[in-house]
Amino acid sequence: MQERVKLSDARINRDLLRSIFETPKWYLILVGSLGLVVLTGFAAAGYMINHGLGVTGLNRPVMWGFFITNFVFWIGISHAGVMLSAILRLVQAEWRRPATRAAEVLTVFSLMTAMMMPLIHAGRPWRVFYWVFPYDFARGVYPNVRSALVWDPAAVFTYLTSSILFVYIALVPDIAVLRDRSTGWRHVLYSILSLGWRGSVRQWKLQLIAGILLSAVILPIFVSVHSIVSWDFGSAMAVEGWHSTVFAPYFVIGAVHSGVSAVVTVMIILRWMFRWEDYIRLEHLDALAKLLIVVATTWFFFFILEFIFGLYSLEGPEVALREMQVFEMPWAGLFITFLFTGYLIPVPMWMFRKVRRSIGLMLFTTILVNIGMWLERFLIIVPGLARKQGFTFTWGGYTPSAVEITIIGSTFAMVSMLVLLFAKVFPLIPIGDAKEGMILQDEIRIGKVTVPAVMREE
Amino acid sequence: MANKSVLGLFDNADTAADATDVLLEAGCAQEDFDVLTGSPYPEGAFGEKNPVHHVYVFPLIGALMGLSVAFLLTSGTQIAYPMVTGGKPILALPAMFIIGYEGTLLGAVIFTILGIIFESRLPRPKLDPYDPRITDGYIGLLVTCSEEKLEIMEQALRRGNAVDIIHEKGRAVQT
Repeated sequence: MQERVKLSDARINRDLLRSIFETPKWYLILVGSLGLVVLTGFAAAGYMINHGLGVTGLNRPVMWGFFITNFVFWIGISHAGVMLSAILRLVQAEWRRPATRAAEVLTVFSLMTAMMMPLIHAGRPWRVFYWVFPYDFARGVYPNVRSALVWDPAAVFTYLTSSILFVYIALVPDIAVLRDRSTGWRHVLYSILSLGWRGSVRQWKLQLIAGILLSAVILPIFVSVHSIVSWDFGSAMAVEGWHSTVFAPYFVIGAVHSGVSAVVTVMIILRWMFRWEDYIRLEHLDALAKLLIVVATTWFFFFILEFIFGLYSLEGPEVALREMQVFEMPWAGLFITFLFTGYLIPVPMWMFRKVRRSIGLMLFTTILVNIGMWLERFLIIVPGLARKQGFTFTWGGYTPSAVEITIIGSTFAMVSMLVLLFAKVFPLIPIGDAKEGMILQDEIRIGKVTVPAVMREE
Repeated sequence: MANKSVLGLFDNADTAADATDVLLEAGCAQEDFDVLTGSPYPEGAFGEKNPVHHVYVFPLIGALMGLSVAFLLTSGTQIAYPMVTGGKPILALPAMFIIGYEGTLLGAVIFTILGIIFESRLPRPKLDPYDPRITDGYIGLLVTCSEEKLEIMEQALRRGNAVDIIHEKGRAVQT
């Protein structure tokens, strides 16, 4: 399991700060290209706001389409972060060290992107403030707290605020390292952000407590956020396929599945970009893949439950909806793709050690998972709405427009660009954590072998 | 007489740990020196006492405040303009519970962060005496004492094999 090499503090600083103090050409080209895609997305959103929602494929009865699918998808990705970081901190998993920061940062940026989706979907984003802010914009009428559409922003706002604070407090010691190595305006900025951190015994002790305490507080938030997202559907009236009793845990575990996969994708790309082979090692991917097998199988169990319960009641409209999902094109094609990419291809592959320790195959399988999970959300939201009305002549369909596809595509570019920009300002692997790992590692002799070992503080 | 600080720099943890004994022998009290490191070391590695703090109180206070604000907000705004929607009661407890839950946790997180910053004695406008080599793996022993004892402490740090001695105004003295 432990295959680490011994690295000095100076070497760790040099390696992990390389992304900040060196700017290779490819970085500028990549960020520039992603920036262009993001701008195209903003232009498409601007066009849509100017011309109205008619330029999208949304129409009665399918009023939730790509935007809401993408909202649920990014909320899901955000769950990886803090869940992974918090649980691994709480159980003091040694292999958490390189994964926590990337996971937390992915949480923050994917949440920000997720929050944009309902705003864009509203068509007139400024009006959203009337519905969610506890202020009487409209002649003394306050937002309706009995609506799930108010619970959602409350939960997402809590999660975003907590995640940003969590990332920041864990960053303070690393910002102090940057302060000690920078000059000019950067030195001033890092001096302010590091709050005068000196690394005293007391400060380190409280850092440790902060990690554990915040993990314990944030975990219930993480569970609530995707549960509440599922209640957006569960508390809606008269939509088949939205009222399964397992929806909340099914959403939460699905979010963890897609989120942890996204963290692995990001870690592999960062390892390749910034030459972090000594920090993000094959043992880490191996451990994460094992975790993914458990998470994916739990999620698959909930998926089966949701499907079986839908059919078992033998209610005509519900059975008709499932038939449409599985046997009618284009839904059937999407359904099969979702099944294979979300579970049937990646999980059997992860059973093999060679796959778990292969950079290329892990990148491939984790991207597959997220294709599957995006489709899963689409298949939950759209088919149910298409058959929402009782009469066959009121049934509808949905074909996304170019505007929607452009906006959705730009959100992927936006999250990637924000992670890269973050890597230019702050280290994406916790420096203090990496150094602590070096201090606590040792080798012990058992019989005729010498094995790596790790000391653990209680 | 005002207290002054002096920082001894050590190139490894073992020497720094031994130097703490030299400081104690020279009459420096345990609470008069601090160990500065670039990464967390196991508790007691430098013979230091476990720092006393009250950080666990902060999330509790924050949670209570968050819960109170959430309930005030949800009940206050609905009572201010009592409009029945969807046949639900004006003060619908399940809805209030959800917002209350989020408010409680938000309050707990914000107060935990404030507690961590406060108990870490941050923000600290003045770093001096400090040396950037600490974040490169050197260990700093920061002694705070009266001006008249400063010379004795400096000698003790030297006897403890400090690589450098740094005074409050940033003057580095090679030993």
